[in-house]
Amino acid sequence: MATGDASDPRIAGIAKSIRVIPDFPKPGILFQDITTLLLHTKAFRDTIDLFVERYQGKGISVVAGVEARGFIFGPPIALAIGAKFVPMRKPNKLPGPVIAEEYSLEYGTDKMEMHEGAVEAGEKVLVIDDLIATGGTLGAAIRLLGRVGAHVVECACVIELPELKGRDRLGDTPLFVLVSSA
Amino acid sequence: MSAYKDEDPRVTRIKRSIRVVPDFPKPGIMFQDITTLLLDPQAFKDTVDMFVERYKDKNISVVAARAGEDRNPTLEFPITESLAGIEARGFIFGPPIALATGAKFVPLRKPKKLPGEVISEEYILEYGRDCLQMHVGAVKAGERALVVDDLIATGGTLCAAMNLLERVGAHVVECACVIELPDLKGRERLNGKPLYVLVESH
Repeated sequence: MATGDASDPRIAGIAKSIRVIPDFPKPGILFQDITTLLLHTKAFRDTIDLFVERYQGKGISVVAGVEARGFIFGPPIALAIGAKFVPMRKPNKLPGPVIAEEYSLEYGTDKMEMHEGAVEAGEKVLVIDDLIATGGTLGAAIRLLGRVGAHVVECACVIELPELKGRDRLGDTPLFVLVSSA
Repeated sequence: MSAYKDEDPRVTRIKRSIRVVPDFPKPGIMFQDITTLLLDPQAFKDTVDMFVERYKDKNISVVAARAGEDRNPTLEFPITESLAGIEARGFIFGPPIALATGAKFVPLRKPKKLPGEVISEEYILEYGRDCLQMHVGAVKAGERALVVDDLIATGGTLCAAMNLLERVGAHVVECACVIELPDLKGRERLNGKPLYVLVESH
């Protein structure tokens, strides 16, 4: 697992722009709020630049973004590296034929869907979300993409919560994050 | 105002890249699916470029957009109309426009999604109510704002978005959408606020 180079001066600005909200969505949870990052134009630009610098020129033809905050970071990266953007969504949102992958939550399960035909066998894919916690949703995204024969090159997140060991649920897929929040 | 009428050559490719899915989410509805636009990097780039070209010298400091993730089709659209974009994806188009114009991006969301203190705008739809929220402090009085969505149908949600921004003293310069369904006359619900679209669909 790689973390953004802590000596890169942009990282500190990004980390500082993220607001922590205690007890959301429930007591005891410290919620990492990236909406404040989006209000700092330099921090948002730097976030995208750091990902684009890492992934451009690597033959990645698909950026898959996990609903909903993956939709904020994924498209700018896709546009900059000339890749398709493919949304990975909750059930019943995508029109037309989809394939679905179930994943477990703390209590129960949920499903992630992707459009049939959006990604072809052999394509190189980057999966993006704002944050990795337990790795459940990212793991589901990797499995979905694997089922159509695509190769997930890496998962990329702005923030990681390392204590939740999400990295371990990604199988062989590497993880790259900008900020680690212990 | 419509890029379609200006006959910008990029519009043809953009329009062609949008897939129409019949009978989604229910029979009789013609769903305008922009995910296929996102699979065409040139069309996606052209879409963003056309908006950026229009707004980059207009001193816009805020781009606001809805996630629309829980939009309920039966509340918004008359059942008999052919229509589209039930699942608005302003989150996809707003951020690239914000980045390219140097504006902040402000997400507008359904209740319980934004973690901090919020202000809410409830709005009436044809059959029922819905609610949009914005973080307190995200937008300041006097800021110039653009509201972006992938599609305008009846205009109800765009109107709610504008209200949220105006309540904190921002000036909404324009609403910008990829697709307009002109038969639903959403343009008229915008209280005289200008609307710019790339593609019309009847």
